[in-house]
Amino acid sequence: MSVLIYTEFSEGKFKKVALELASYAKKIAESLGTTVTAVTVNAGDVSALGTYGVDKVLKVTDAKLDKFNAKAYADVVKQAAQKEGAKVVILSSTTDSLYMAPIVAVGLEAGYASNVVALPVSTNPFQVKRNAFSNKGFNITELTSDVKVIALAKNSFGLVEAQGAAAAEDFAVTLNDADFNIAIQSQDKTTGKVTIADAEIVVSGGRGLKGPENWGMIEELASVLGAATACSKPVSDLDWRPHSEHVGQTGKPVAANLYIAVGISGAIQHIAGINASKVKVVINTDPEAPFFKVADYGVVGDAFQIVPELITKLKEFKANNN
Amino acid sequence: MKILVCISHVPDTTAKINFTNGDTEFDTNGVQFVINPNDEFGLTRAIWFKEKQGAHVTVVNVGGADTEATIRKALAIGADEAIRVNANPTDGFFVAKQLAEVVKAGNYDVVICGKESLDYNGGMVPGMLASLLGYNFVNSCVGAEIEGTKATLIREIDGGKETLTADLPIVIGGQKGIVEEKDLRIPNMRGIMTARTKALNVMEPVAADAKTKAVKFEKPAPKSAVKLISPDNLDELINLLHNEAKVI
Repeated sequence: MSVLIYTEFSEGKFKKVALELASYAKKIAESLGTTVTAVTVNAGDVSALGTYGVDKVLKVTDAKLDKFNAKAYADVVKQAAQKEGAKVVILSSTTDSLYMAPIVAVGLEAGYASNVVALPVSTNPFQVKRNAFSNKGFNITELTSDVKVIALAKNSFGLVEAQGAAAAEDFAVTLNDADFNIAIQSQDKTTGKVTIADAEIVVSGGRGLKGPENWGMIEELASVLGAATACSKPVSDLDWRPHSEHVGQTGKPVAANLYIAVGISGAIQHIAGINASKVKVVINTDPEAPFFKVADYGVVGDAFQIVPELITKLKEFKANNN
Repeated sequence: MKILVCISHVPDTTAKINFTNGDTEFDTNGVQFVINPNDEFGLTRAIWFKEKQGAHVTVVNVGGADTEATIRKALAIGADEAIRVNANPTDGFFVAKQLAEVVKAGNYDVVICGKESLDYNGGMVPGMLASLLGYNFVNSCVGAEIEGTKATLIREIDGGKETLTADLPIVIGGQKGIVEEKDLRIPNMRGIMTARTKALNVMEPVAADAKTKAVKFEKPAPKSAVKLISPDNLDELINLLHNEAKVI
């Protein structure tokens, strides 16, 4: 009956979204009068999960699962859900989890709701609030199936510590050859750089920066803040920056704690893609730029003066606060 | 190679979003509809396979007669024929069930969908469809090549890319990158004229139970006004971000 979560482990620790998932699942489990079970794949120390409310951990260890494989991982989650008799299965919103979620749902004959942004509106009937229309609206969705699969939007719940320790047990899954029909040939992953997906802070530049040669200050601002760099659609279309940095409705979504937009006017499609971010700062010469309507803090002025000065001041601030 | 491209009929990305009927329905009044952008990137790649490798391209949409203008646009871009499953797309699972029937009936070996639609943002149809069919499935593709019965896909992962190979039949979840923005085609007059004579077959839906239902919609709370900070007082910005917003 427990609530089952799949917690992603990477580079020696659980991802922050995994701990957020644990915090979120704990609250749901409490309202359902049950416990939280986490399933992990090739994870090391799982004690962090207990700190965030997980009661039991099913540890799957298998060299074949060394790299993410949607079908095989979906099989792991399905078998864990069946073992626990879980009626609610919760995944995070990483690229990998979103890839496998519909496969898990079909495997469990479950309804599936993605982009969930809050605790269920009600657990009977099971209704959740989710982002829709590219963050321009919310949709209350009722899951009418016996088993429910939901994916929690990043940074929508936060971390809540609980007092507890998770009991870990090894869990053997049955995988078949068909799970590995898709072969990974190579991976090209940036290392040592904060990615947009994982970043708490994103610094983004637009056409107002006039040319790719001016991105040094954006990178430096990002580096001072431990942030990822991003850009608007015109900037990626002009090839000033790689496509992987394009954020917006047709680019990558951003759900950071802090989004700083420099020289971006704020087209509706751009706003849609970044609007799930908690705090938005805009720096723009044009006080009429639409971005000011959705931002929390704004500075009207020349980015070429403001950004370098902000970098200097932030360095002082960081030196005094660390 | 027989390709099926699944398209959604969604509000234009610049559309204002409003709800009606006690906030239980999306208000289509005055809204321009388009091919879902993620689907259009996939469609454009399918047309490339048609032109370079002789693929036959069918587009399919699950929707009412009001979606036919969007389907005709896909034909004008270059698809050979179209199917409309005559049903209200109640939820992702229901749509995947309908599409699975279309795939089985037409023996398609490559199915291309957008990774998600920009209206409900469910992101579930491609994965559910592949699972129902037992086809291989790669999502978030920013590159797709097909040689004989082998597909090579580049998938976006958090922080990079991954290259994968799989045998057909396959379901591909596409997005920007599978073709670039500049590769998208605006239908020309000839395309529009020939689209009128291409087959648009209407199929009746199979029975399938939806597993979710949209109960209600809400608009985001109105945003409080932006706090403007003078460029001469950036210390104040840092102070606000640290003490008020608590994000640095």
